[in-house]
Amino acid sequence: MAIALEIKDLHKSFKTGFIPKRKKILEGISLKVEEGEIFGYLGPNGAGKTTTIKCVLGLIFPDKGEIEILGHDYLSLQAKQRIGFLPENPYFYDYLTASEFLRFYAQLFSLDKKEIGKKITDLLSLVGLNQSKDIQLRKFSRGMLQRIGFAQALINDPSLVLLDEPLGGLDPLGRKEIRDIIVRLRDNGKTVFLSSHILQDIEMICDRVAIIVQGEVINQGKLQDLISEKILFTEIILSGIEKKDIEGLGECLAGDGGRILLKVFDEKKVNDVLKLVQEHKGKIHSLIPRTETLEDLFVGMVTQQ
Amino acid sequence: MKIRAVANNTFKEAIRDRILYLLLFFAAVCIGFSRVLSLLTVGDENKIIKDVGLASISLFGALMAILIGTGLVYKEIDKKTIYTLISKPIHRYQFLLGKFLGLIFTLFIMLLLMSIIFLALLFLHTYTIEWAMLVAIFFIFLELCLITAVAIFFSCFSSPILSSIFSVAFYLIGHLSWGFETLLQKMKPGVGKILVQILYTVLPDLENFNFKTEVVHHLLIPSKVLVYSSFYGIFYTLFVLILSMLVFRKRDFI
Repeated sequence: MAIALEIKDLHKSFKTGFIPKRKKILEGISLKVEEGEIFGYLGPNGAGKTTTIKCVLGLIFPDKGEIEILGHDYLSLQAKQRIGFLPENPYFYDYLTASEFLRFYAQLFSLDKKEIGKKITDLLSLVGLNQSKDIQLRKFSRGMLQRIGFAQALINDPSLVLLDEPLGGLDPLGRKEIRDIIVRLRDNGKTVFLSSHILQDIEMICDRVAIIVQGEVINQGKLQDLISEKILFTEIILSGIEKKDIEGLGECLAGDGGRILLKVFDEKKVNDVLKLVQEHKGKIHSLIPRTETLEDLFVGMVTQQ
Repeated sequence: MKIRAVANNTFKEAIRDRILYLLLFFAAVCIGFSRVLSLLTVGDENKIIKDVGLASISLFGALMAILIGTGLVYKEIDKKTIYTLISKPIHRYQFLLGKFLGLIFTLFIMLLLMSIIFLALLFLHTYTIEWAMLVAIFFIFLELCLITAVAIFFSCFSSPILSSIFSVAFYLIGHLSWGFETLLQKMKPGVGKILVQILYTVLPDLENFNFKTEVVHHLLIPSKVLVYSSFYGIFYTLFVLILSMLVFRKRDFI
């Protein structure tokens, strides 16, 4: 697999305060993003996610380290020609209409005039803003700005798309739509690098992840390698059985309407519970084996640090 | 092409801003008011209309240049629109140059509108179109170019309010620094005189662009002076622009 983005030993610090004091933000970030994958970059607030992305885009200059985008130096125009970027909480020119705005960005890529018109129509329908193409951006809602932001990131048909918290601040429906677009991008052979702290979303769509805490990557790899498949416990909701009969089998929590929520930690005991319920002519409402989630892994790692 | 795209966008953004029209409205009121003033004056009425009209154009033009010049670059950084822009295949200097040209074009349109109002008012009074006024207006335009470059330079590294104050200071100093010339003639040789000489050389002299008196009184302006003033404006503007690009080149957008 070719490498879409490679970061080696990236350091960045900022001077803060009246009497300038150096504050280290990134302390040796190294990671590799392969072509054609969705790469999740996660970390708590203030870990350095956005700083990393800004370094990659040449918005800020690292103190030390190397960045290569699709085999080009990251500051070269060749690299920038092939990337798309959606910032966190995007905000664009107030007084431009949606299609004027996209036209402006298309011109920066020196696209053909005829091509630009078609591209804009396609992108606006992709993000569902066809009806609003002649509305000034200052009248756009938060969700609409996110969508038009997405459209501008794709204007040059980029090979690598960098998304900074693309799902933040959207309603559940909007989040699903954006998730679908991201997956479709990967299916079309594009590489997606997305930062987020919403773990469910990352878990749902990412192929590989890197976890960053306090400016350092503490773990990276395929999602299934990081999270063990081992069943942590089984959650069973049952009814028609006395609480005292099953107390020895697991942690017993009484629920509403005579239903009991039972947490069984030993896999072998699950069968015993099922048998017992059958004997008592009770009823099983649900049975969910819980494996480790990204959240468990994440919380574990962050607290360890 | 890329510079033109940025310039185009800047122009669209600036020309739709209401503050510009507010200033244009007051400029028109001021130019119109010169007619009232001329009625109150004993003597040459035309002279008052020309004097007050040209002064209004110069003052409101400078205000427009400072307000939109300091606002637009800072707004890009503050509202973070620059994040998506700089991540596109465009050099930082192209961005800055595009901004500058867009603003200059906006100011040109505003100056054109103010000039039309002014010349129309003058025409109603004298029944001739006084083309000589355009010489003074051309140099006002050169001055506005320089002020815009200065406003952009300051907004590359400070907030709009500070940049506006700095730019207004530049404007005031520029119009008062000729006083040093008079002072130099009266000073005795020594350290003081050298210091004043240095100050006079370093500080801008915006009076170089002021041909209002000559035009109003139909005085002959030597072509040497016109050429000198034009070059002064062009080179000073280029110098400030290059300085801005150097500051902008290595700036972190946090």
